[in-house]
Amino acid sequence: MHIQVVIIGAGVTGLGLARDLALRGVSCIVVEQGDFNSGASGRNHGLLHSGSRYVSSDTEVAAECLEEADLLKKLAPQCVEETGGLFVAVEGDDETFIADFPLLCDKAGIPARALDIKDAREMEPCLSDRIIAAYEVPDATVDPFKLALQNFHQAHQNGTKLLRYHKVVGFKRNGGRLKSAHLVNTETGGAVFVEADQFVSAAGAWCGEIARMAGADMDMVYSKGSLAVTHSRLSERVINRLRKPADGDILVPGGTVSIFGTTSLRMDVPSDVRPTVREVDHLVSEGAAMIPEMETIRYIRAYAGIRPLIKSGDDGGDRSVSRGFILVDHADDGLDNFLTISGGKLTTYRLMAERTADRVCERLGVCRPCRTREEPLPTDPAWEWTEPGLAPREWIKHPDHEDPLLCECEMIPASVFDSVIGSIRAQGGSPSLKAVSLRTRMGKGACQGSFCGARVTGYLCDRGDIAGRDAHAELKRFLQERWKGERPTLWGGQLVQSELKEAIYCGLLGMET
Amino acid sequence: MPTGVKEIGCELAIIGAGIAGLSAALFAAHRGIETVLVGETGEILFASGLMDLLAVHPLEEGKTWDDPWAALTALRRDIPEHPFARTPTADVAAAFDALLAFLKNQGLPYRRRPDRNVEVPVAMGAVKRTYCTPETVWNGVRALEEKQPCLIVDFDQLRGFSARQIASTLEPRWPGLRTARLPFPGGTFSQQYAEQLAMALEAPRNRASLACDIRACLGTARSVGLPAVLGLYRTEMIFEDLQKRIGVPLFEIPILPPSVAGLRLQDAFHRGLAAKGVRLLPHHRVRGIRYEHNGHFILDITALDGEHTLNADAVALASGRFLGGGLRGDRNGVRETLLDLPVYQPKERAAWHRQDFLDPRGHPVNAAGLIIDDQFRPLGHDGQPVHERLFAAGSVLAHQNWMRSKCGVGLSVATAYAAVNAYQPIDGTRGEPGR
Repeated sequence: MHIQVVIIGAGVTGLGLARDLALRGVSCIVVEQGDFNSGASGRNHGLLHSGSRYVSSDTEVAAECLEEADLLKKLAPQCVEETGGLFVAVEGDDETFIADFPLLCDKAGIPARALDIKDAREMEPCLSDRIIAAYEVPDATVDPFKLALQNFHQAHQNGTKLLRYHKVVGFKRNGGRLKSAHLVNTETGGAVFVEADQFVSAAGAWCGEIARMAGADMDMVYSKGSLAVTHSRLSERVINRLRKPADGDILVPGGTVSIFGTTSLRMDVPSDVRPTVREVDHLVSEGAAMIPEMETIRYIRAYAGIRPLIKSGDDGGDRSVSRGFILVDHADDGLDNFLTISGGKLTTYRLMAERTADRVCERLGVCRPCRTREEPLPTDPAWEWTEPGLAPREWIKHPDHEDPLLCECEMIPASVFDSVIGSIRAQGGSPSLKAVSLRTRMGKGACQGSFCGARVTGYLCDRGDIAGRDAHAELKRFLQERWKGERPTLWGGQLVQSELKEAIYCGLLGMET
Repeated sequence: MPTGVKEIGCELAIIGAGIAGLSAALFAAHRGIETVLVGETGEILFASGLMDLLAVHPLEEGKTWDDPWAALTALRRDIPEHPFARTPTADVAAAFDALLAFLKNQGLPYRRRPDRNVEVPVAMGAVKRTYCTPETVWNGVRALEEKQPCLIVDFDQLRGFSARQIASTLEPRWPGLRTARLPFPGGTFSQQYAEQLAMALEAPRNRASLACDIRACLGTARSVGLPAVLGLYRTEMIFEDLQKRIGVPLFEIPILPPSVAGLRLQDAFHRGLAAKGVRLLPHHRVRGIRYEHNGHFILDITALDGEHTLNADAVALASGRFLGGGLRGDRNGVRETLLDLPVYQPKERAAWHRQDFLDPRGHPVNAAGLIIDDQFRPLGHDGQPVHERLFAAGSVLAHQNWMRSKCGVGLSVATAYAAVNAYQPIDGTRGEPGR
């Protein structure tokens, strides 16, 4: 089959683009060096911005967020929780900023309602008694994993392929055009060449590297952001600190937990990012000003992502780099069929995909219009299980004692794993422990894989999906991936948990050798 | 259970109901010391039942030892601060002898080769090097050594134990293992804990049914490996009975927690210690310890039936680490939870754990704990014992890494023995009520 477009990167932008193009009848293949959402798409707050956050820095981005968030609430409600959001200032915060906020929201068309302090604290009892201003805004939360999976599901049904664990190592050029992408299978080392008419890099933090391989130029800034996950949910709503964007000023509920972030740390390279003890300590003390309980609550893990920011001339720090997206046409670099879509927000992923697809279609001579602005995102039941709290809700509604819970923290029964594994196979993938854990909440709960790691590995062996030393190696990788997140939060209760985990996997099973 | 008793007294109060506390109580009883053991359920519920002495040293080299005693000698030479450096070989051997004899009398016999570590097949197809195994596990040691044609059985109802995984993982060193998945007899729900399965095998009808199922798929197998659920309170009888019904040697394969191995140990200890006159206060939590002006201790204890106080001449802390509750990690440091004793520890939290969970060297925070003198007395900030008759034993001690050295039970038993032997009765009367 002739492939029209190669999309590099299976983040939410790349998969959103795949869906958009598929719905216009364009044949695509998505190539991804890891699994889906392995970059910033899987390592963010899961915040569906109302735009309020950007009213002081970028009114255009604010307006985009508002419009796109409204669309997603309407078209992909299965991925969204309409929590609402608050902006609160505490004693000592910039009074001018506080005073300007409602005016700027008004200008951007964002409904921001001033609240009595007393009412705000009744709405969110976790708030400090030292807050001095509060506004209610239409923030919401979105499950970026479910969003990505459902996007790709529809693309796949329309013929789009996904090559996971295939890293782009170069391109073949033919004059001013890219002829094929040279991929290496990161598991087998085998080479694959994919020819296409158009190439789009949606590689997030790796856009600079991909562009260089194609012979183009992209100056990227790598800004690391770390987030910490609490053991229980602190608030009903998103809670933003009403101040100029800084570290540790957004608390986002995610099902049964809350996610607090972020930090902003310039990195030289986008690889091997992990949250540190220092960052988590910094977040905890910043957060405690707004929500005192953050000082004492148990944290179960942290994670870090790279914000792919496009470098601008003046350097006012990474927080001032625009969060708007850019679509780079590499015709200026002498390449007629290569685009890069970068920057932007999770909230605006659909718009980014639409604009990119418009340009691709224009080049391909395809005149069909974008359909993602009107058409609801269909739901496939196999790709719902990343949603926090869904499995426990289903279990409580329909408990089936013939269906053992393999993950008790998140209450995931064997049948959910069966469904996910079946769907991974249907898309041509192999159901490794990692693939399964990425598509469920497995290992995300308090035990961080202490029990479910072993149980699900055993279950995959029973099913014949994996076996022997490979299963052992997969479990090791899974445990290490959990560890990256746990490590900076290991004090109090989570330290107890990690000691038990080490007693099992090292003390008893000797997996360290 | 001292219901209604509000104030009791003893010579030695042992805090902690893990292996260290329980064996300290045993050794104290043997010395004729009037002992009260108080502690919550403790880490023992997570025990695998295997008893390590020492298998890996030095961790940096990941060197494994066949001879645990030679390993001990090397460890004492290389790490003079290690608690084992204060426990002479003869004492460690005597402690093990006493413990194993005691457990045998309680119907929980163990097997070992006195001077060798052995390799045991465990859950997930891992092979664990250990020192003693329950009698019910021992046939697995032999089966692995001889690469016997063997059948591994698992159950629909028991999660986290896959015979196929075990067979496929062991395949390179133990080829030809066969597997059978059976429905557990008498089970109704698909998901059961090891404890429920073990209890079900107390019924002869269930054993007959299980034996019948296993015989049907025995083939040429010369032994059968099963998850370690063969009985809870009468394991010896149940194991023998099943073995007789099936007709070939059986062995239990230690499973992941929650397992029944810890319950068996707990049960054996509780019965045996009570018979030796030790007063047990399980499910009791020590809230605090006060030093009396006369040199005695007062322990404030919370139980289901209310508050108690316990007067003691001496205290042995066998309170465990983070999981046991003897240590607590705060954001800015590790603390000892009962007396706020000085804790040896890495300088800052960022240095507690390595980047790699499975780093063979282990994590620096694992070496955190109490610093002791040769009498197993915790030292204060001044480097002197905090109290003449305050002792510590087990994993709460500093400068050891039991999970990586594979020395958990050995460390607990050896240091419990040493701490109890360091206690010297004081002269004079105390005259507390309850004596």
